[in-house]
Amino acid sequence: MIKLRVNGQEHSYDGNPSVPLLWVLRDEFGLTGTKFGCGAALCGACTVHLDGQAVRSCGMVVSDAAGHEIVTIEGLHPKGEHPVQKAWRQVNVPQCGYCQAGQIMQAAALLAQTPKPSDAEINDAMAGNICRCGCYQRIAAAVRLASTGV
Amino acid sequence: MTHIARINPIENVSRRFVLKGVVAAGAFVMAASALPGRALAAYATGAGEMPGGTVNNPHIFIAIDPNGLVTIVAHRSEMGTGVRTSLPLVVAEEMDADWNHVHVVQAPGDEARYGNQDTDGSRSLRHFLQPMQQCGAAMRMMLEAAAAKQWGVDVATVKAANHEVVHSASGRRAGYGELATAASAMPVPAPDALKLKDPATYRYLGKGTVSIVDLFDITTGRATYGIDARVPGMKYAVVARPPVVGGKLVSFDPKDALAVAGVERVEVVQAWPWPSKFMPLGGVAVIARNTGAAIMGRDALKIVWDDGPNKSYDSDLYRKAMQETAGKPGNVVRNEGDAEAALKSAARVVTAEYYLPHLAHASMEPPTATAHFVDGKCEVWAPLQSPGGTREDIAKTLGIPDKDVKVNVTLLGGGFGRKSKWDYALEAALLSKTIGAPVQVTWTREDDIQHDFYHTVSCERIDAGLDANGKVVAWRHRTVAPSIGSTFGPDPKHEQSFELGMGVVDVPFAIPNLRCENGEAAAHARIGWFRSVSNIPHAFAVQSMVAEIAHALGRDPKDVLIEMIGPDRKIDLSKSVEKFWNYGDPVSTYPIDTARLKHVAELAAKQAGWGKTLPKGQGMGIAAHRSFLSYVATVVQVAVDEKGNLTVPRVDTAIDCGYFVNPERIASQIEGAAIMGMSLAKYGEITFKNGRAQQGNFDTFQVARINDGPIATHVHIVPNSNDVPSSGVGEPGVPPFAPALCNAIFAATGKRLRNMPIGDQLST
Repeated sequence: MIKLRVNGQEHSYDGNPSVPLLWVLRDEFGLTGTKFGCGAALCGACTVHLDGQAVRSCGMVVSDAAGHEIVTIEGLHPKGEHPVQKAWRQVNVPQCGYCQAGQIMQAAALLAQTPKPSDAEINDAMAGNICRCGCYQRIAAAVRLASTGV
Repeated sequence: MTHIARINPIENVSRRFVLKGVVAAGAFVMAASALPGRALAAYATGAGEMPGGTVNNPHIFIAIDPNGLVTIVAHRSEMGTGVRTSLPLVVAEEMDADWNHVHVVQAPGDEARYGNQDTDGSRSLRHFLQPMQQCGAAMRMMLEAAAAKQWGVDVATVKAANHEVVHSASGRRAGYGELATAASAMPVPAPDALKLKDPATYRYLGKGTVSIVDLFDITTGRATYGIDARVPGMKYAVVARPPVVGGKLVSFDPKDALAVAGVERVEVVQAWPWPSKFMPLGGVAVIARNTGAAIMGRDALKIVWDDGPNKSYDSDLYRKAMQETAGKPGNVVRNEGDAEAALKSAARVVTAEYYLPHLAHASMEPPTATAHFVDGKCEVWAPLQSPGGTREDIAKTLGIPDKDVKVNVTLLGGGFGRKSKWDYALEAALLSKTIGAPVQVTWTREDDIQHDFYHTVSCERIDAGLDANGKVVAWRHRTVAPSIGSTFGPDPKHEQSFELGMGVVDVPFAIPNLRCENGEAAAHARIGWFRSVSNIPHAFAVQSMVAEIAHALGRDPKDVLIEMIGPDRKIDLSKSVEKFWNYGDPVSTYPIDTARLKHVAELAAKQAGWGKTLPKGQGMGIAAHRSFLSYVATVVQVAVDEKGNLTVPRVDTAIDCGYFVNPERIASQIEGAAIMGMSLAKYGEITFKNGRAQQGNFDTFQVARINDGPIATHVHIVPNSNDVPSSGVGEPGVPPFAPALCNAIFAATGKRLRNMPIGDQLST
């Protein structure tokens, strides 16, 4: 039995301990906001926070996540009003929206560490997150907006 | 009035064409013509030729709750274009509802009830703007009639405004909720009695001030995509499919897979022979308590495949064969004047050959579907561009009537044409029946990239003859590409009229001797439509060639482009080109209008500052292309450093898509089209060896990331009054990007890139 702390709540999982954290969040705990995109830590759709750091949940074995504080998009802000979420809405970032939870988690982790990132720092931090619809210009704008207060 | 004649299936605008055309033609005609209140169009569109046609009955699309909440049905699929907001917004505008009191619900797949649901071909606004306006206007008039009756006054003295009806003479007013029951009992006005709003009074249409309805849910992780469907007791599955299309399962050993903790069953998925439209490839399914365990179980499967007839498909060899074919005459598909003679007598001939490889769609949400087959009925939840066609094929495949299949449409995590093909939904339905439980089938990224319905691969050769004055007097375009038709039946081995109509035969140039030819190319992979389809290779070749001609003449490429398009005129090729394809819509409504094409080219150029002096290593390129009945021109500005690193500081795209509803979403589509254009130009390539796709994930099939640029895409939308028919937005932004980019690279570096992707061509 693996005990996980997700969004401040205790969850337990009695299945295969070698599966990636992503699938336990989604298929076992019903936290479907975190998305599958590649399964190889190449696209960032599955980004969650582990002790405040952005990590790819598809590349982390679930047993390695035990004992850490995990935050998913559902737990980023109780009312969905994290500055990054607000900025995303103000700029109308999403098209299909599928990758956006991962983008938002990545951006929130960036701003927690670097509150006023330069354009180059935004590019570096967000380059691991693919948006196939091509919302990058607005993603960059929204990160800038969130960093300046929204 | 749109007409409902069933056309030859292979030419049908519908991307479901073969099955619908052959099997269901009679049923469709009945359904469409028998519907009450069918759309009576102010201008004709091809909507009536689509399966299900159009429906404009307000009772189908609108419900008003006594508390005033207006529910509007979105019957087209949301994959990022904003259509789930834009079409209901049309209804709300026309019925004078307050958008703050509107709730949007998604229709399940049911084309007899809602009209056509094939969300592809950049058709949603084009075909449903008018029916949705009619729906909204009818409901507004019913609300007004109900209020007038209630108050005993002449209906002409009451007026609907912002969610209530007002009788200004007496000051009486009644909210839509109060009037709901009475209004729903009023007769639906006949289409010719409908009075549409004066566009000057619009509050929403054309403004771009309304955000998409799913915005909050998307930013909080609550939005439900296909992969998020959850049904009590459901299992999770992945499928091992034949690595070569046309291959078959010989044998498998499930022992090691079943030994993986969490794996519950291993089952065969029925296969259909290739080609069979969208029927499953078959293979072996691993069913588990979660998808992660299913993937681990599949990794442990031991399978023997028979690779079948395509096992020697090698895309390098195939490319050489296509190039040879393009060097020889092909079937003549458009012929004016005498291009051969004019090329012989030309003062100068510019010749170039272009190559564009297969592409994978790689939507961020891979194909996935959840199905529950129980008591002889099947319910499906999936991201589908064509829920109506999906429903029909599930019913046929399971041997149950359509009425016993319910197809719920979730949000789509990208579509780009992949999710118009519902093989994954059939897999889930078959598997649920096999295991007697609800099951979700998820394609891994490798499954998606290695078993796609790929964008075609093509070789384009153009010979242009110039006279002594530098005027283009001859144009011969030879196109060679395997056809999407090969997915539906015996391989036609030639591009079909709908493919040739995407940028070959519809070339809008004023050239007296013009000849288009199409050589033979057999398919060895599943070929399918990818966002903007054959326009990608065709526009790349044509718009690159314009710049090559300009270079040969030592002239400005934009001036040559405008000159080649020639005088203002409306081109009708329906008599001179056999089976001329106009995106399934009538030429009378949507002619090729050269003035509009030139206008977007001039507009993009002006906004980009075309002609200004740029620093060394920078350059601008332009391309203009009509597709999906819209006119788009793109100017790309590039910077290439000494090492060959490419950056794109600025893009200007002008689009004329007729009358439009939501300019904010048009801008987002065009911004995204620039990124998709960047992806395909810089990285996009699927290659085959031994019949197998050589790429598997985003490391080997790369797509543009935030640091690839463009840094800023500026979108310039041509304003139009609402008597200019609406045309496509989702796709037409893509085709001009790659040629504009490569023309810019040429301007910056003198390197002419004719073979996509760019890859490392700039650094070597």
